Parts: sequence; structure tokens; C-alpha cells
Amino acid sequence: MPMQEGIYGLVAEFDTPGDMVRATEAAHHHGYRRMDCYTPYPVEEAAEALHFTKNRVSLICLLGGILGGSTAFLMQTWIAVWSYPLNIAGRPLYSWPAFIIPAYEWTILWAGLSAAFGMLAMNGLPQPYHPLFNAPNFRDGATVDKFFLCLEATDPRFSLVESRAFLESFNPVSVVEVDH
Amino acid sequence: MATKEKINDPMLDPKTGEYAVIGPGQTFKSVTDTISKIVLTAHTPVGWFLGLLMAGGLATGLLIGLTWLVLKGVGIWGITIPGAWGFAIINFVWWIGIGHAGTLISAILLLFKQGWRNSINRFAEAMTIFAVVCAGMFPLIHVGRPWLGYWLFPYPNTMNVWPQWRSPLAWDVFAVSTYATISVVFWYIGMIPDFGTLRDRAKSPLAQYCYGLLSLGWRGSTRHWMRYESASLLLAGLSTPLVLSVHTVISFDFAVAALAGWHTTIFPPYFVAGAVYSGFAMVLTLAIPIRKLYHLEHIITLRHLDNMAKVMLVTGFIVCYGYGMEVFMAWYSASHWEFFMMWNRMFGPMGWAYGILILTNLAIPLTTLWFRKLRVNTTYLFILSIIVNIGMWFERFVIVVTSLYRDYLPSSWGTYKATRWDYLIYVGTLGLFTFLFFLFVRFLPMIPMSELRTMLPQTKIRPGGPVAETNIEEAV
Repeated sequence: MPMQEGIYGLVAEFDTPGDMVRATEAAHHHGYRRMDCYTPYPVEEAAEALHFTKNRVSLICLLGGILGGSTAFLMQTWIAVWSYPLNIAGRPLYSWPAFIIPAYEWTILWAGLSAAFGMLAMNGLPQPYHPLFNAPNFRDGATVDKFFLCLEATDPRFSLVESRAFLESFNPVSVVEVDH
Repeated sequence: MATKEKINDPMLDPKTGEYAVIGPGQTFKSVTDTISKIVLTAHTPVGWFLGLLMAGGLATGLLIGLTWLVLKGVGIWGITIPGAWGFAIINFVWWIGIGHAGTLISAILLLFKQGWRNSINRFAEAMTIFAVVCAGMFPLIHVGRPWLGYWLFPYPNTMNVWPQWRSPLAWDVFAVSTYATISVVFWYIGMIPDFGTLRDRAKSPLAQYCYGLLSLGWRGSTRHWMRYESASLLLAGLSTPLVLSVHTVISFDFAVAALAGWHTTIFPPYFVAGAVYSGFAMVLTLAIPIRKLYHLEHIITLRHLDNMAKVMLVTGFIVCYGYGMEVFMAWYSASHWEFFMMWNRMFGPMGWAYGILILTNLAIPLTTLWFRKLRVNTTYLFILSIIVNIGMWFERFVIVVTSLYRDYLPSSWGTYKATRWDYLIYVGTLGLFTFLFFLFVRFLPMIPMSELRTMLPQTKIRPGGPVAETNIEEAV
């Protein structure tokens, strides 16, 4: 990715989650789309205000689980029936009830790993650098007790003067310009 | 039951009469400060060094024991024929069982929306992982040649040999390795937002760098949080059947064998209940000193201790039912071998172990945990939790040893006597567990800050209307 320059966006800091949600709702109503809230704990109302209510983590998890379970089952069948047939107390080579147990464990293993790493991948993590960390007040509060709304400069409605005035109408603690 | 002194207790919720889950007057900042300063302080308490030293000493014993074991072989243990399983398997089952409460707290209670679990789930998960570390070692060293342990996994090899899938040993490998992996992943994913907090609050560049790496650049974006919450719920939903299956598979190690006392269908549920019982006992053993030493009484409150004691009461009774059913089936099966096994278990040469088991697992806890006064008495609960841990160890001792040393053919009867190496390795794992736990409370956030914040009244947003300024100033 080429180095980006210029302004990343405007960040408003709020003391309470309610203020931030109210500003976010208004911003969405106003036509802003490229924006995000930053909170020290999950705020569901903020996600609703951003109209971000669906995600694909569960789909990835399901696919991982199906893949893991069928891989384990087919692997055991192939090993026990074709690759290395063993007569154990005269039981059939394809003794599928026994194969269910490792297949069950691998269903969970793959589903869990898919959910965890899929979530990280969709979130674009790990991402040690982000322009928001340049905001002087961001690291003081975003992971402790402050609530941030960032209007990003790539939004077609973004304008340094108007967007700032818009954010300031919600009485934030501060509105800060963030560079890339 | 609200007496006068209870009403005046600030930790009691006047509406419900229950102990509050979190002490009054907490803010986002105060809970963050309380927990992050334990990790970020420049002044490590002297007691921590002393504890680490003692635990490290015991863990060194484990190292010595394992070295000697690798040099000499499993003959240094008390295992014989017919008593071939001994301490290694007893300890394996005991440790895995202890781990189960951690998953139960972090997963099952999350699904049941038991908010009170938030204060204790992180270190219960840590307990799970360290217990699995100790547990996983035992089957490996018990196979005799642990350096060939990778033979247990299915991998293409020049010998053209594959595992035998009808064997519980192969199932064990899958169950325990999955359990360890998923527990570590769940634990780490849970810590990412807290690492972000620690990164932002750390003063020293080294701490900023380390926690910054661990936080993966977490910045609390709402979109991230929503995916994160989905993943957490899914992991919880997956861990629940996982934790039940792990001890079930372990009970198959016994139940699949055609041996009186092992070959029973009650083993899976009975093992799982026993696991949760001992696990909650271990959580109490750890939580009571930690909340005292780190002054966390307002975060790990009496409500938590009370609730955990109630869970122990319930699972204790399931275990009691398991014991009762074993005795009943020994009689009802009309099998000579089953009947003799039970008689021998109670009155044979090792009947004392059964006596200890009944006393410590049933007689003491199940009669006293009914009383709220005792459930919120930290000294009593601490002693009781250790008693139950001992009792659950003896349960596995009774199951493993008394079934094996008197089997079908009297001419092959033997006895079992543990050697000093057995004891050294067992005590060594206790040391390793404690050692890892000391490192954990010092360097990692032992209480999930982000989850704790969600339990504060300040998070409430009045629907539709403007902000609910739930008097943050007042609370400060």
C-alpha cells in the first residue's frame, strides 16, 4: 500500500457513551458513512447507529467446523480402511462410531480457530500502526473511559470546516484533526 | 432473612438482599486503575518473589523427577502389573478435571448470561491452561518413551504406520490437544482489548512495546468490537460441548476397558460433574488469597464466592449420585466381580482411601455448604476448597488403584505403593502450576477490564432520549 498523506479524519471525544451514540446517529442521518466509533468496551447502540449489525464471523466458523469434522472423519476412514487396515478384535474396518470422537474434536478445533483468526483477519489485525494513535488524546482514553467518534476524510461529505462544526454541535470534550 | 446488620452492609444490594456483584461507586477509570496497576506497578510485592521462589523450587523438583524418569524409565514409579496406571493417570485426570471449571466459568456461564462471572473468568481460564499443561505431561511420560510421543499423531511417515482409531488413547490425543488449543486461543482473544489498555497506560517503553505487540494494535473500533463479540460467543458456544467431551473421552479410557469398577455407562456424566466440582474448589483456593492479597474485595465480591460455593453444592450432589449409583449397580448387576470390587473398594486393604473420599467429598462439603454464613466465610471456604481438592484426588486414586490391583484372577492380585519419585513428580506439578500462576498475576491482566466495564451502571444508554448521565461525577 502506498504511503498515505494528509488528513485521516476528525475525532470527537465524548465523556459518555450516550453522547457519542447520539452524535453517531446524527452523523449517519446527515449522510456520513465512512466513520467509526472507538470505545473501551463493546457499545451495541453505537453499532446500530453505524448500521453495522451483521458480520461474517459465524459463517467462517461454520465453514471451519464443517471442514474440520469432515477432514478428520475422512482421514480416519482412509487410514483404517485403506491405508493401514488393522483387525482389532474382529471389528469391522469401517467402525465409524469410534471415528466420530476425533471428528467431533476436530470440528470444534477448526471451528474455534476459524472464528478466532477469521475475526482477527476481518478486523485487519494485527495492525500496529493506525493514524488514530496520532491523536494526542486517543490513547489516554479510548481504552479506558472515553468515547470517540471519527469522521474519516475519505467520506464524500467530509469537509474540514463543516464536519468540525457538525461534531462540535454535540458538545464533545474536544475535536481533533488526525493526520495519516 | 435480612437482619439489621446485613442491611447496613454496603456490599448488599438493598433491592435483592444479595451481595453485589461489583462494589458500589466504581467507575470505568477506577476498575481500570485497580487492575492495571497490579501489572504495571514498578514495585513488585516482596511476597510475590517469595511465592515465586517457593513454587519455582517445587517445579525444580519436577524437573529432577522428569530427568531421572527419562534416564531410568517408568520403573522408578510404583507401577506394577496389575497396577499399571498409578499416579500418572490419577494426576492426569485430577489436573484435567481442575481445568474444567475455568472453561465452565468462561464459556457456559457466558452463554447463560451470568454477568457475575466477568470478575473471575480470566484467572479461571488461566487456571485451566496451567492445569492442562500439568495434565498433558502425564500421559506422555506414562507411555514410557515420551520422546516418541509424536507417534500418537496421524502423520505420514516412512514406517507406514498410522494410529489405531478404535483406541481411547487416540481419542485422548485429539480431545486434550483440542482442549489445550481452544483454551489458549479463547484466553488470548479475551485479553486483546486489555492488552490495548495496558499498552496505553504503561509508562516504561519496554512494557509499551510488549503489550503493544500483544494487543495486535487493538483500538476499540465498534466494527472490531462487534466481530470480536461474535467470535467470543462462538468460542464460548464451542467450548461448552468441548469441555463436556474432554472429560467424557477421559472417562472412556476407563469405561472402554472390561474391568469391574471401570466398565460402566455412568462414567461420562460422573466424571464431568467431578471435574467441575474439583475445578470450582481450585478456583476458590486461588481466588480467596488473591482477592485478599491484591485488595480486590470490591471486584471479586462475596457474591462470587457464594455463587461458586453453590455450584460446588450442586455438582457435589451429582458426584454423590455417581457414588451411590456405583454401589447400587454393583449390587443390582448381580455380577460377582462387580460386587467384589465394591466390597473390596470399601473394606479391602485400601478401604481407607474410600473412607477419605466419602469424608472429604461428601460428608464435609455437602452438609456445610447449605449455610450462607459458611459460604461467605472466606476462611472456611478456603479450607473447604482444599479438602475437596484432596477428596477429588482420592476419588481418582480409588478408581484407578482399587479396580486394578484386585482384578478377576486372585493369582494375579498385587498391591500398589507409590515411590518417592511418584510423590516428587506430583508435588512438582503443583509447583509448576503455582509458578505459572504467579507469573500470570504479575504480567497479565488477571481480571478482564473490558468485561468489567460493561457491568457498571454508566454503560446504560436511555433508548431514544439523550444521554443517561449516570452521575459519573457523583461516583468519582
